[in-house]
Amino acid sequence: MTRTYSEHSQPLWRRLLLTRETAVIALLVAVVLYSLSNVPNFDGPLTLTFLLLDVAPILLIALPMTAVIVTGEIDLSVASVVGLSSVLVGVLHQDGMPIPLAAVVALLAGALCGAFNGFLVAYVGLPSLAVTIGTLALFRGLAVGLLGTTAVTDFTERWTDLAKQNIGDSGVPLIVLPILALVLVFVLLLQFSSFGRGVYDIGLNSEAAHFTGVNVERTKFLLFVLTGVVSAFAGIFYTLRFGSARGDNATGLELQVIAAVLLGGVSIFGGRGKIHGVIAGVLLIGVISSALRLEGVTVNVINIIIGLLLVASVMSTSLLSGIANATARWNRRAPSPQHASAVGAGTQGR
Amino acid sequence: MSDTSMRPDKTESHPELERLIEPSRQTPLRRGLMTVVRSREFSILLVLLAVIAAATVKTPSFLFSSNSWRDLLLTPSILLLLAVGQAVVIITRNVDLSVGSILGLTAYLTGRLFIDVPGLPIIAVMVAGILVGVLLGLVNGVLVAFGKVPALVITLGTLYIYRGIVLTWAGSNRINADDMPAGFLRLGTKSLLSVPVLTVIALVVLVIVGYYLHTARGGREMYAIGSDPDAAVLYGLNVRRRLLFAFALSGGLAGLAGVVYAARYGTVSSGAGTGIELQAVAAVVIGGVAIFGGSGTVWGAALGAILLVTINRALPILGIPDFWQRAVVGALIISAIVLDRVLAARQARKLTEARDES
Repeated sequence: MTRTYSEHSQPLWRRLLLTRETAVIALLVAVVLYSLSNVPNFDGPLTLTFLLLDVAPILLIALPMTAVIVTGEIDLSVASVVGLSSVLVGVLHQDGMPIPLAAVVALLAGALCGAFNGFLVAYVGLPSLAVTIGTLALFRGLAVGLLGTTAVTDFTERWTDLAKQNIGDSGVPLIVLPILALVLVFVLLLQFSSFGRGVYDIGLNSEAAHFTGVNVERTKFLLFVLTGVVSAFAGIFYTLRFGSARGDNATGLELQVIAAVLLGGVSIFGGRGKIHGVIAGVLLIGVISSALRLEGVTVNVINIIIGLLLVASVMSTSLLSGIANATARWNRRAPSPQHASAVGAGTQGR
Repeated sequence: MSDTSMRPDKTESHPELERLIEPSRQTPLRRGLMTVVRSREFSILLVLLAVIAAATVKTPSFLFSSNSWRDLLLTPSILLLLAVGQAVVIITRNVDLSVGSILGLTAYLTGRLFIDVPGLPIIAVMVAGILVGVLLGLVNGVLVAFGKVPALVITLGTLYIYRGIVLTWAGSNRINADDMPAGFLRLGTKSLLSVPVLTVIALVVLVIVGYYLHTARGGREMYAIGSDPDAAVLYGLNVRRRLLFAFALSGGLAGLAGVVYAARYGTVSSGAGTGIELQAVAAVVIGGVAIFGGSGTVWGAALGAILLVTINRALPILGIPDFWQRAVVGALIISAIVLDRVLAARQARKLTEARDES
């Protein structure tokens, strides 16, 4: 709580400028500007389309993941839910079910997966890191079990085209619309609702949140369900975009999502993090990888860059707070004895 | 032992105290046996034996053919090494997600050294693999211990960095069996008293680390740090040094696992060991090590690793199609966590009752 207090003692412009979110956005803008002038074809019409199509699943899942991590929990099973929903759409389509109906079933299955995680974490009280490592294997196992090692690829073009379609003649793919809608929902939910205040309170101090009337269990449960549903939606998109339903679709995506969320300024300890920072984090990774690809650099380098950015971003926070602490200690030592005793009396009075 | 006959008169009025003293009246052997039988690790051992027994009844060659016997012991050795290192890190209330990438890097390095430096003795290559692992682990350790940042984030970062290094270094190159000396590859097939050499190496490591954690001051301090990091600092423990050691150990064992990987499989591509870090964490969790540190043993983690690998080999024999394996493994992990919670709750209730009655 002292942290919030000391933050608010700074002027507003400084508070806005010196946040992690601003730093990530500034870095994103810098990388985009640099790429526009130096990377050949970066300003081409297809760059934006492919960039958005590529980051769409990560961006979608990053939204509820942000909320989950803000409460101090984590969900490692998201990529397996993507795989399971992909397989369900494929299997049901093979059995002759129309795609919209299959999609609804997949979304329900996602909700069920999320509810299973949420029940074990929120109501049974098990550590989410351990639980979701378990369900990572479990859900992936169900996906691979349902379809074996085969793939369903005979989707009608109407649906696969829809996933790749652009809005009118612009280079912006249609998937951006549901993403924007979800972004709006999550910004309103997290930053402008009492539910959202509860989410941050849980992350800062779960017990205190409980005593101020936040229903900790229900909040966590709902967030896990939400993560399941959105992951399932990402799975449907993934399937239609590549026109292929496979059990091992999106393996390893969970770590990419978490890396992007943490890069966007969300604290792994919970309690802090904003949606706009996370979006910037996801886009930053997307822009860097598409710029590297256009430059002809092997895509492997992106791994090193993501890792370095991640380490640098947490280290910078720790380094900055270390410097701030040192300065504060120095300032406390500086005042004259009378002044110091007056300050002491003041604190006692409070 | 001689004065135990006098005790009953003193404690007859306190049944709870009686119950607490009772174990010390048993012979050391019996007491030791009871400790083992009642331990969390014993339950995993029972499950493991049940799985092996069931598979053997169905197909006797699962245990009784020399090939299967070797595989049964050999296959878990890589995950076992990783699980031992991971257990130590998790006991200190941290986690090391970079072990899969370290394994990939050192496995490729092993092959590369044999190609680029012909005539290098095998033992030198093994030491090089371990040292590189220690170095990469130390990078994690320094960042976590001195940067005071969560290990989950740091090691997720180094997971990407180390993997990126292997991917860039190896490209689409691949180390093949004929790139490596036959003497090295024989390590993967040779046996000592019908136990494969690589398994012997893994078991020796397990015993050393297990003994260290159980008795050495450093080992006990790991538990202290994991159960309450702040209290450990206030008590004056050198937390930084222990954390550095834990991460260096985890890195070094991942390095050794990389060398073992190269010897066992004979081919190494840049993707070697991708995703195995979560399996290592799963093995540790199955083995009863609390994910928030402070309790559990490497014996449990090792049994968890063996169970995880063995169950994957036994399921097809038991008539469960192999693509359902991962679902079973997932169910196993979740039941292990639930079991831990039930046991912890029962223990807490017993302690409360004992306190209220005394």
